[in-house]
Amino acid sequence: MATETVTSGAVAAIGTTGVSRFAGILSALRRSPAGFIGFLIVAFLVLVTAIGPFFTPTVEPNVKEILLPLGSPGHLLGTDNEGKDVLIQMIDGGRSVIFIGFLAAAISTALAIVLGSLAAYLGGWVDSAVVTAADVVLTVPQIVLLAVLGALFKLDSPFLLAVLVGGLSWPVLTRAVRSQVLSLKEREFVEAARLLDLGTARVVFVEILPNMASFILMNFMIGVTNAIYSLVGLYLLGLAPLTGSNWGIMLNRAWIAGAIFNDASLGFILSPVVAIVLLLLGLVMMTRSLEEILNPRLRDR
Amino acid sequence: MSAAAVPEAVARPLMTLSGVSQVFDTKAGPIRAVDHANLSVNPGEVLCLVGESGSGKTTAARMAAGLTRPSGGEVKYDGTDIWSLNKKDFSTFRRSVQYVHQDPYASLNPTRTIQQTLTAPLLKHGVVKGAKAAADRAAELLTKVDLTPPENYLPKYPHQLSGGQRQRVAVARALTLDPKLIIADESTSMLDVSIRISVLAMLGRLRDELGVGFLFITHDLAIAKYFGWRGKTAVMYLGRIVEFGPTPKIINAPTHPYTRALIEAIPEPDPDLTRTKSAGSLRSLEIPSLANLPSGCAFHPRCGRFEPGLCDGEVPELVGVRAGQSAACHVVARDGAEEPER
Repeated sequence: MATETVTSGAVAAIGTTGVSRFAGILSALRRSPAGFIGFLIVAFLVLVTAIGPFFTPTVEPNVKEILLPLGSPGHLLGTDNEGKDVLIQMIDGGRSVIFIGFLAAAISTALAIVLGSLAAYLGGWVDSAVVTAADVVLTVPQIVLLAVLGALFKLDSPFLLAVLVGGLSWPVLTRAVRSQVLSLKEREFVEAARLLDLGTARVVFVEILPNMASFILMNFMIGVTNAIYSLVGLYLLGLAPLTGSNWGIMLNRAWIAGAIFNDASLGFILSPVVAIVLLLLGLVMMTRSLEEILNPRLRDR
Repeated sequence: MSAAAVPEAVARPLMTLSGVSQVFDTKAGPIRAVDHANLSVNPGEVLCLVGESGSGKTTAARMAAGLTRPSGGEVKYDGTDIWSLNKKDFSTFRRSVQYVHQDPYASLNPTRTIQQTLTAPLLKHGVVKGAKAAADRAAELLTKVDLTPPENYLPKYPHQLSGGQRQRVAVARALTLDPKLIIADESTSMLDVSIRISVLAMLGRLRDELGVGFLFITHDLAIAKYFGWRGKTAVMYLGRIVEFGPTPKIINAPTHPYTRALIEAIPEPDPDLTRTKSAGSLRSLEIPSLANLPSGCAFHPRCGRFEPGLCDGEVPELVGVRAGQSAACHVVARDGAEEPER
């Protein structure tokens, strides 16, 4: 879509060519210090957990090195109750958590955007059907349902987990999107688009939705946060199969092993907690910069 | 005068509102925003709709644009009721009648550049082929509305433009699909006076060059006079059309007491003249509520020519009082149109 290329005349913050456009986004990212720090944190965690596993050695249980404290030689974050290096497990165990978090949030956000905006714009029976469905899903306690499902099915595929978590968390955002669109659709520029006969899909997804892009993005990030919390909660409660290793499973094992009562296992139990908190903090901080990129009004300042 | 040059409904009217009403149900009871209004616009003609706030001008315009369905009466485009059209013909109507809103700050999408705003309808309806041709056409439209050089405006976002520039973009957007009728709803009232006249001049040039019909809504008689001199003017009061005729007649020889009051209210530049001018023939300055209209002629509580028994009984019909000029007033209908004192 060549005509969609974003340019901002006088300021020329974002150019038309690929390179300068990327540079423009980078400079927009840097404009908000908090946003830039958030971006760096997220980029660091994503890169390390995505690429790191290719370079880490496989960890083997080692009875001689059980529960080494933080900063032990050769084991920066100490070892766990089986003598496995915590740092290597941290690097290896982030990928699936981040993947499931983003995929689940993408699924729930996509559902919410489509259902919420169409319900609001079309009204009538579509609206009633969507709102009723949202209310029904909303009243089902998520973690309990996931627990029951976890007991009935083997939730060992990260994809299936993401679909489950995402498929349960769309109602809140759907209702929020619906109320936003209800207000936006009365605006005069929407009326003008209708008078130009641009078609429902275009009016909703091109004219209305970009006006709430930062709102949706913020909610996407919150969606990632919630999905990761749900996932880690499932692992902590032992409701998802504890095969392999990820931050959630590490937390579960640390908890089961009573690591909370042992000073030496500080690194063992805190590492996944700190990583998850850092990731979510980074995501939330990053939204501030993304808001500036998406809102042409903020971009020019 | 030039009014004679206007062909008297020779062509089939482009748009006709026949007996349209719009009733809104509110807690205070039904509100008749527009009551049995008859209007018609011929191709290439200007019809000014004048009235104070709450007189139903915008409601009438929205019905004409097909944005709201009237609760009674028919809105005809090219001779057929628009609400009986099939989907395809309705879209043809939709594209032929465009609307320029009052507020240029609300009528342009803040997330879309001017180029995106202008090219979307061109590409959607296949007016031009390809992004390049669409951009060229958009530039051409900007030139038409005096935004030159167009390259300076195409990549801009609405918030980077002034109110007058935005309103010009809104006009350019209304022109994208070559409409037959443009409904301008107080389109200049939010602009600075200095900008207003140049936007009006631009609209006037488009009217003459493109042969587009205008339904021009304003509360300002001076603007109706300026823009619609060769066209017709309808004066609305509390949801009803009280006087209709060629604009020069309405301005220079109004017959309805309400229109006269409006003309009298225009301040004179000469303070001596203003001092000697009659303080107005109104008996009251209060506008009755739409939810609780006076009986008979809605204007009778304020009217200087009120006659008990005649005016507060029946609602007056719009009847011809002079060639091409009609008024809804019992007194005028009985006594005939007397020539104005001025």
